[in-house]
Amino acid sequence: MFIRHDFIERSAFLLLVLTLVTIAIGGIVEVVPLFTIETTVEHVKGVRPYSPLEQRGRDIYVREGCYVCHSQQIRALRDEVERYGHFSLAAESMYDHPFQWGSKRIGPDLARVGGKYSNDWHYAHLIDPRSVVPESLMPRYAFLAETPVESDDIAARLRALRMVGVPYTDNEIANAVADLAAQSNPTADATDLLKRYPKAVTVLGNGHVVTELDALVAYLQVLGTMVDFADPAEERLQQ
Amino acid sequence: MPTKIEKDIVTGRDTTGHEWDGLKELNTPLPKWWVYVLYATIVWAAVWFVLYPSVPGITGYFPGVLGYSQRTAVMDDVRAVAAQRAVTMDRIKALSFADIRKDPQLMAAAGTAGRIAFANNCQPCHGAGGGGQTGYPALAAGAWIWGGSLNEIYQTITYGIRSGDAKAREGQMPRFGVDGILKPAEVQQVADYVMTLYGGQPGKDVSAGKKLFADNCALCHGEAGQGDREKGAPRLASHVHLNGGDRATVVAQITSPRMGVMPAWHTRLDEATIKSLAIYVHSLGGGE
Repeated sequence: MFIRHDFIERSAFLLLVLTLVTIAIGGIVEVVPLFTIETTVEHVKGVRPYSPLEQRGRDIYVREGCYVCHSQQIRALRDEVERYGHFSLAAESMYDHPFQWGSKRIGPDLARVGGKYSNDWHYAHLIDPRSVVPESLMPRYAFLAETPVESDDIAARLRALRMVGVPYTDNEIANAVADLAAQSNPTADATDLLKRYPKAVTVLGNGHVVTELDALVAYLQVLGTMVDFADPAEERLQQ
Repeated sequence: MPTKIEKDIVTGRDTTGHEWDGLKELNTPLPKWWVYVLYATIVWAAVWFVLYPSVPGITGYFPGVLGYSQRTAVMDDVRAVAAQRAVTMDRIKALSFADIRKDPQLMAAAGTAGRIAFANNCQPCHGAGGGGQTGYPALAAGAWIWGGSLNEIYQTITYGIRSGDAKAREGQMPRFGVDGILKPAEVQQVADYVMTLYGGQPGKDVSAGKKLFADNCALCHGEAGQGDREKGAPRLASHVHLNGGDRATVVAQITSPRMGVMPAWHTRLDEATIKSLAIYVHSLGGGE
């Protein structure tokens, strides 16, 4: 080679400098793209931060390890597009911390499950999957229906997300508790909720306490519905 | 440090020249073919870098000489298959149900397309083969709530039921128990009568319930419990039950009715697929 290795190894200082240079190159390659992430993630019309109830549902989704069996990324392959719908866009998970793309599909992909089934179905299915899908091997999550969702810290959760780049407004944070209550009560006035979080799906609720199941269903029902793919020309989707 | 490369007496090979406390190492290089394959892959990687999207830049990336994009590729794939299917699917879309039924080949294609779309989209609620489940109507039974002709099925699939779509089928049953329209004892009497409609309560005096039924329920469900498809009121004089025929279920349904929601599918499926689905569902055994 150009410089004999034994020459480098015999000079402690040269070895140190060259080692640092090598590591620095690796580090720069990994770190620099993160500074340009603002310009590399395309912004797409319709993508919005999760509503407070959806966000709590997402936390439960992560806590229960749903991603172990369900991916949330429709790959750009024909069979996937035919089965699940338009392939996932990076922007659709831009407010996910962390994203739930997943790598395993013991169950189906959930990236566009929102609106595919009724609320009723989701409740029945999460409480006992085999009650509606006899061949399912998904575990039962009936306990979610009996666990009140922790919501008194919801404003703090949204603030924490804002610190990592989710653009919650002061108004949204101030109304977090009210929005969470409105989305879990079908008889409540959802005008403000829908103004702040378009396409948010109001779940059934049991009338007295918001459960983790309510939150999870609200989250599932919004997955993949934010972007309107009626006109899927890429340049027209972008903001 | 290599001191002296010498020939090993036993194997006849060169040593590496290293020596550790009298131990020497044979120089056994990798097989030539292996090394050349490695070099070839390195060269190929360089070619690949030039042909395909590779190096990130500050505001974008180098798109490669071929201009390949996975998104374009998948859209081309989807379009290519759609073009293949267009031969039949475009005709299914364009023709009326009556005309499609005259063409056995189109019927076969629609049946296949419908069966696949059904398994993917409808089966989780309506069950395999449209057998239905508690709360989700059996499509094979002929007990249609909103109508079982091809056009009615098509309408239901396209816009859904209580789906929030502007053209969705809407029907609301009052909460007779919860809202106090009927007293608890009256709810029980109505349940008694409703059960006689399908022979679930033989030999009981149900005259009180019959009167309450005529006053409160007959408007939608009909005098004889025959149902009303305009309002989506299920036929009660039937052995096919949506939610169940036992007493507790009937009482619960009168007290605080469960009203199912079916999504509007025109947002997910194209028209030819929805028509195929209607033809498939119609063929399951209950079509009118």
